[in-house]
Amino acid sequence: MARQLVLGLALLITLAVFPLFSPWSTVILTVALCEGLAALGIMVLLRAGQVSFGHGLFFSFSAYAVAFMAAARLGHEALILIPVATAASGLLAALVGLFIVRYRAIFFGMLNLAISMVFFSLLEKLFPITGGADGKRVPRPTLAGMEFGREQFELWIFYITLGLCLAAALFVARYLTSPGGKALEAIKSNETRLEYLGVSPRKVLFGAYLLSGLLAGLGGAVIALVSGHVTPELAYWVRSGEFVFIAILGGIGGVAGPFLGALMFQIIRGYAAVYAPETWHAVLGVMLLVIIFFAPAGLYGIATGSRRKEGGR
Amino acid sequence: MVRMKLAGAVLAGTVLAGALAPLPALAQDKPKELVVGIATFLSGPASVFGVPGRNAADLLIEELNAKGGILGVPVKPVYVDEGAGTNQLLSEYRRVVQEQGAQVMLGAISSGSCNALAPVAEDLKVVNVMWDCGTQTIFEDGKWKYSVRTQGHAGAEMMATLLYLMKVKPDFKSIAVVNQDYAWGRESWALFQAGLKALKPDVKVVAELFPKFGAPDFSTEITRLSALRPDVVLSTSWGGDLDTFVQQAAARGLLKQSTFVLPLAESSLERLGNVLPEGVIVGARGDHYWLHPKTKNTPEMQAFVKKYKDKTGVYPIYPTFHMQQALTGLAKAYEKAGASTGGKWPSKEQVIAAFEGLEFKSLTGTITIRADHQGLEDQMLGTTKRVPEYPFAVYDKMALYPGKLVTTPVGEKSLDWFAKATQSLVNDKSIETFDYAK
Amino acid sequence: MLLLAALDGLAYGSLIFLVAVGLSLIFGVLGIINVAHGSFYAIGAYVAAAGVLAMGAMGLPAWLAFPFLLVAAALVGTVVGGVVEIVLLRRVYGKEEVLQLIVTFAVFMILEDAQKVVFGVQPYFANAPMNWLGTVDVFGIYYTKYQLILMPLVALAVLVGLRFFLRRTSFGRAIVAVTQDREAATAMGIDAAKVYLITFIIGASLAALGGALASATTSLTPGIGAGTLVLSFAVAATAGLGRIEGAAVAALLIGLGRSVAVYFAPEFDVLIPYLIMMLVLLVRPQGLFSTVQTRKV
Repeated sequence: MARQLVLGLALLITLAVFPLFSPWSTVILTVALCEGLAALGIMVLLRAGQVSFGHGLFFSFSAYAVAFMAAARLGHEALILIPVATAASGLLAALVGLFIVRYRAIFFGMLNLAISMVFFSLLEKLFPITGGADGKRVPRPTLAGMEFGREQFELWIFYITLGLCLAAALFVARYLTSPGGKALEAIKSNETRLEYLGVSPRKVLFGAYLLSGLLAGLGGAVIALVSGHVTPELAYWVRSGEFVFIAILGGIGGVAGPFLGALMFQIIRGYAAVYAPETWHAVLGVMLLVIIFFAPAGLYGIATGSRRKEGGR
Repeated sequence: MVRMKLAGAVLAGTVLAGALAPLPALAQDKPKELVVGIATFLSGPASVFGVPGRNAADLLIEELNAKGGILGVPVKPVYVDEGAGTNQLLSEYRRVVQEQGAQVMLGAISSGSCNALAPVAEDLKVVNVMWDCGTQTIFEDGKWKYSVRTQGHAGAEMMATLLYLMKVKPDFKSIAVVNQDYAWGRESWALFQAGLKALKPDVKVVAELFPKFGAPDFSTEITRLSALRPDVVLSTSWGGDLDTFVQQAAARGLLKQSTFVLPLAESSLERLGNVLPEGVIVGARGDHYWLHPKTKNTPEMQAFVKKYKDKTGVYPIYPTFHMQQALTGLAKAYEKAGASTGGKWPSKEQVIAAFEGLEFKSLTGTITIRADHQGLEDQMLGTTKRVPEYPFAVYDKMALYPGKLVTTPVGEKSLDWFAKATQSLVNDKSIETFDYAK
Repeated sequence: MLLLAALDGLAYGSLIFLVAVGLSLIFGVLGIINVAHGSFYAIGAYVAAAGVLAMGAMGLPAWLAFPFLLVAAALVGTVVGGVVEIVLLRRVYGKEEVLQLIVTFAVFMILEDAQKVVFGVQPYFANAPMNWLGTVDVFGIYYTKYQLILMPLVALAVLVGLRFFLRRTSFGRAIVAVTQDREAATAMGIDAAKVYLITFIIGASLAALGGALASATTSLTPGIGAGTLVLSFAVAATAGLGRIEGAAVAALLIGLGRSVAVYFAPEFDVLIPYLIMMLVLLVRPQGLFSTVQTRKV
């Protein structure tokens, strides 16, 4: 716990002061935080041994919710758009969760993939409504009732996101140590034992799924605001795969892991985009293999000096 | 234990700080170099345009710098991959402007990217030359101070295509469309259809097919077209999609059964080789063609074609011409702005102002930038012919449509303008025609 | 009309069957969902196309292309598939499924770029084999013999061949034995490592074969692997992972569904495979043709 706090604090302080010194990094860091939120959701599921290759669904759902509401002038206020869109994603996660918690392992992963791909195809196909593959523009909303210029807006959104991430991370950390969170690990190791204890694994997993959907939704809502544009690509399976990628890269040992992973992901990607614009996929792939084979506990594991416990199953 | 925690914290900190360290700010006066960010597809299916565009840019910038650059300042290109997805593109675009100090951005190929980048360019106050994207809605639905387009738009392209079809095949009764399922495919058909309704209301539209972008197989679409037997098949597809569609349609005799209208086929002519028969209507999103009847023998064109072919092994296609127009336009705008400031380095605002009303020569014609920042570019279409000189089809029966004739006037929307099209446009006197000549 | 749509669905279904059955086989034996499978398809296609083009340039007769397609597929499957299995996958057997999945995802990302570096981004096509076979007239509509006859025949041959291999040959039986009970099979003297390697190579070769066959009918561009992967994934999941005959039926179902959609609801053709997959998984999560509930963990 202490290690986690120190690491988290170091990360937080670095992040908080960084944009003051290099204004151009604000958006990139915000994007990283958004992806970190989605990866945090994936991490919660990974604790239960379940992997979703379809969380782009919730990410894109709330991003499009923001885009539609902003375009329809229903909510021209970021502080309304973000919670409403996140709640919409939560609702969707609850709906999907109702039946998806009956499945485990490969089936769980594949159903998630199937549903997100249906959504992706719909976004692309329903051209008159969604703008098809070109997506929709998101006009810049007001923030707390005030119209901001670009730089101000980006800086404020960044700090709001940072605050949201902190809240989310603390909440997840508490959740993971709560009975509900501990039960997740039991789903991974031995579900039958859980049933003998009178705990419904489905209910436990439902809670985790809802939480993960909300987290991905929160990330999606913010990313729609900072990039000012949404495309179906947010729902594509490769994007969902990236969330899993980030979660593994960062390590699932602690809640700071996904954010470390997301930062590293953006950094590698940024550098690869400059020095190897045609092979940045490969650079990421190699990086991932290195982590898996040489530091299986992820960046978080390296930073805290802990090693992944072998043989958890 | 404490040391370990500390090590962890320090590691996290240094990783961040080291990786995101800012570069020194840019000088205000005449800079050492002019950084030009270029958004183009380096990955994904659209890299069939993006990579030729980049190759042309490399070549042209090298040439420009050899002559002293722009106002004596060498140009340094920085490439951004459009294929990484819109969100990634937006943050890369910002980074190139804010961190690498780009004063000019060339963005982009996809209309989706251009739509997304225009407001960002306004925010960043950076000169944004839309070097290849075609959607007419950009300057018809929005006003962008910092963005400018150095080529025609989808409206001009589709109007010229429609007029050419009406001219060479005036008596067709039915038409089918097979377009890629994204904005360009949908919008180009909407425009074409609006114009068709005005000029020839009795034509029957027998099928409207929008296969998925990047579809590997058009068998079912081809079977349907074979059964429906439309007089004309229109497809504004490009790249791998167009190649696949044409190849599968050719193998099954469909190209002989209907007249194909392929407004983007110039970019596939060389690759398609002997697959494309004679009698197919082809175009190039402008008047670009390396065998352009008026300019193929100019020293500039011959030098460009030779250099490009030596470098890449293939003949230049329309994105390379679009890149040439963007860079030439940019250099001319700087010169014009520089002249008005008395040789001092012009501000971005002065450069963008210089673009308005700018007229410059491209490799194939003359480009004029209108007050709404839309470029006027001539459009050329032709019908394929097989000749012994080349192992692929060439243009014959060419018609050159002046940009002024086929571009929607300032302040009007293309869809409304198309609906008002009249027969007199088809045989307007300003249209020049040419046959293939060696 | 329906019949015409069915003919198109047949060719398309054959192609995805080849890819999906490889995916399914690998999962059945190794228990790994191979995300890099799409890359094997793409590389198979590129190598085949490059070879056929080269043969054309050398002036070799067109029929030679057909055996070459097979050779190219086997070559790609053995070299690329073999390297991936030996260097990477071997280290993660018995680890968490997530890790295995992510390793293949990393391989996918690397191979996507590798193919771009090697073959470039310009569309490739080598249609000589398709044109050499010519066309056949069905109710006044021309079909290529390549798509209408050859592709379904190859798919059928693979189906029958795989069945024979797994049931009648000793190595095939060893594969089945390892699938059912690895410990017992190893105790009986079966070399599990070898079984894994060979299975992975066969699976990869089948994906490459799908690509090689497709290379005559379609243009190859960056990104073809990703699209094919999800589709074959849908087929394999619909059938029940590890089911070979099931994959054939599911591939036909999805192929036909898509063709019929182009006729009657062209707006929904891309949705069809995923909708079928989703519905089947919801009703019968183990797939249409599986009897086994889940793998033993």
